Amino acid sequence: MSDLTLTPNLESADDFYAALIAAHDGLSDEESEAFNARLILILANQIGDQSVLEAALEAAKA
Amino acid sequence: MIHDRYQLAFKLYPYARSADQDADSPVHHPVIVVGGGPIGLASALDLGRQGIPVVVLDDHEGIGQGSRAICFSKRCLEIADRYGCGQPMVEKGVVWNLGKVFHDDRKVYEFNLLPEEGHKYPAFINLQQPYFERFLFEQIKAEQARGAPIEIRGKNRVEAITPEANGVTLEIDTPEGPYKLSADWLIACDGAGSPTRKMLGLDFEGRVFEDNFLIADIRMVNDEFPTERWFWFEPHFKSGASTLLHRQPDGIWRVDFQIGWDVDRAEELKEENVRARLDAMLGDVEYEIVWTSIYTFQCRRMKDFRHNRVIFAGDSAHQVSPFGARGANSGMQDVDNLGWKLGMVIRGEAPERLLDSYNEERIHGADENILNSTRSTDFITPKSRVSHLFRNAVLDLAERYEFARPIVNSGRLSVPCTYDGLSLNGPDALTGGPARTRVGSPCPDAPIDDGFLLDRLGDGFVLLTLNTEVPDRLEVDGIPIRRVALSAGGRDALSDRYLGSARAAVYLIRPDQHVTARWEHYDAAAVTAALRTACAKEAI
Ligand SMILES: Cc1cc2nc3c(=O)[nH]c(=O)nc-3n(C[C@H](O)[C@H](O)[C@H](O)COP(=O)(O)OP(=O)(O)OC[C@H]3O[C@@H](n4cnc5c(N)ncnc54)[C@H](O)[C@@H]3O)c2cc1C
Repeated sequence: MSDLTLTPNLESADDFYAALIAAHDGLSDEESEAFNARLILILANQIGDQSVLEAALEAAKA
Repeated sequence: MIHDRYQLAFKLYPYARSADQDADSPVHHPVIVVGGGPIGLASALDLGRQGIPVVVLDDHEGIGQGSRAICFSKRCLEIADRYGCGQPMVEKGVVWNLGKVFHDDRKVYEFNLLPEEGHKYPAFINLQQPYFERFLFEQIKAEQARGAPIEIRGKNRVEAITPEANGVTLEIDTPEGPYKLSADWLIACDGAGSPTRKMLGLDFEGRVFEDNFLIADIRMVNDEFPTERWFWFEPHFKSGASTLLHRQPDGIWRVDFQIGWDVDRAEELKEENVRARLDAMLGDVEYEIVWTSIYTFQCRRMKDFRHNRVIFAGDSAHQVSPFGARGANSGMQDVDNLGWKLGMVIRGEAPERLLDSYNEERIHGADENILNSTRSTDFITPKSRVSHLFRNAVLDLAERYEFARPIVNSGRLSVPCTYDGLSLNGPDALTGGPARTRVGSPCPDAPIDDGFLLDRLGDGFVLLTLNTEVPDRLEVDGIPIRRVALSAGGRDALSDRYLGSARAAVYLIRPDQHVTARWEHYDAAAVTAALRTACAKEAI
């Protein structure tokens, strides 16, 4: 069991952010939502660890 | 008058006048079972095989026609096998391993269940519920012929129940008028609408799913369809929000369309409308419609399954959605659990509180089944925009990437629960022992020299020993413990499932084939203590 990382961990924050926004270029709102859902599932699988995922769900709450 | 509420598939126990109906005062029986569905029949079989007199009262004269359960799980078949009727079920049933999942007009993926080797029974079979019930009934006949004190009374409708401190009194209606009976114990197996539950004013809480499902059982004229399970999410042919196609014996196929909440049932059930859905799905295929019905479902259970001398089992106690086939399958596990406990209590071998463990263990099972079938239902019929979004995202990804396939949930295979951490459990003291045979688990089958392990377990307590010596005859407080001594080694299934990295093992196994304690070596005091715990006795 590892902990959720909430300190900077992206290799290149600006590049990732630009790529994320660019990926939505030209998508309708609905397509964007579907894209986000697929992305969340892909990233969740990468993480794998249930306790980290639950901590992330908690951390994402407003 | 006793009117039938449904058509019969098999008329098996026509009304016959019983001498009890002519008695001056209510005749007394040790056990009365209300309801002769699969769970009532199995209860009678379990008790009758132990020599305990049991009377089954059913308001019909046989088995109801119509489409209900079709999938029977390995554990359910193993229980039937212990009662002597597992083999005919498998011979009649359809075994399948290949499943395909579709979304819209695309195949998302296909799977092969690749069942684990070394089990007498397959992961599950498809068999129409009326056949399942008939095999139980035929086994009752066979046991009766051997002297088992089982009696089934057709067209005997229970109309009133009065609970008493040490039993119940019942009022029963028959075609020849009412009569009364009394019993020490009543097992209520009268189905989801349980009149017993209502007569006693008991709760049945849970979640209602606002959806209708249309079942069409059809006989294919050209039998070219493969023996596979096909499941569509949002099918392109628009015959339902989801659709399931599954093979049954006799060349019959089950088609199950999810048709939404606001529907006109009579309209939907018109043959031309059912055919319109089927034709859109099957295209140019000839078929005959054998049966159609519309069902809705709920996931709920009673707060308690035991109310002093009245015990609930099967759908009367809990109801689940059909996704995952956990209705009849879990009801059979109720019977498996209750039978030996009630037997011991009636014989005076165990205190009455042993029956509280039925409540504890089967509520644990029901909660697990409700959880699983609710999750399947939520995946199949998403209730919000966002759950629909994620559901379809999973399906999209599953088409391209393997990782998303385990998230697809069109019904999870019914597997028995493990009674982890519950009151009857003894020590789990086998270092290196496999997790799947930990204390509380149902014993997994394994091949042994002349057959299968489960054939050697069950009915009574068993001390299973692997690669170690114990005395041949064992008895605790007059309760015999049968010894099954085996040797295992190398990488055979038996070692894999029962030894793990241990060199030797001693398992104390309950009459329902659940592990109640395990050790590396035999210790008489430890076995005695574990057996007493398993019977809810004082430790002494
Ligand atoms: C569409 C559908 C698909 C299903 N698929 C599956 C599946 O694949 N696998 C699975 O395991 N389960 C499945 N189930 C669930 C399964 O059908 C039930 O769990 C099972 O029938 C429960 O058996 P039971 O004996 O508890 O109750 P029931 O079968 O309902 O039997 C109750 C009996 O009690 C009798 N009775 C009622 N009131 C009285 C009275 N007052 N006096 C005397 N007798 C009375 C009734 O006539 C009946 O014979 C499915 C159900 C449905 C609807």
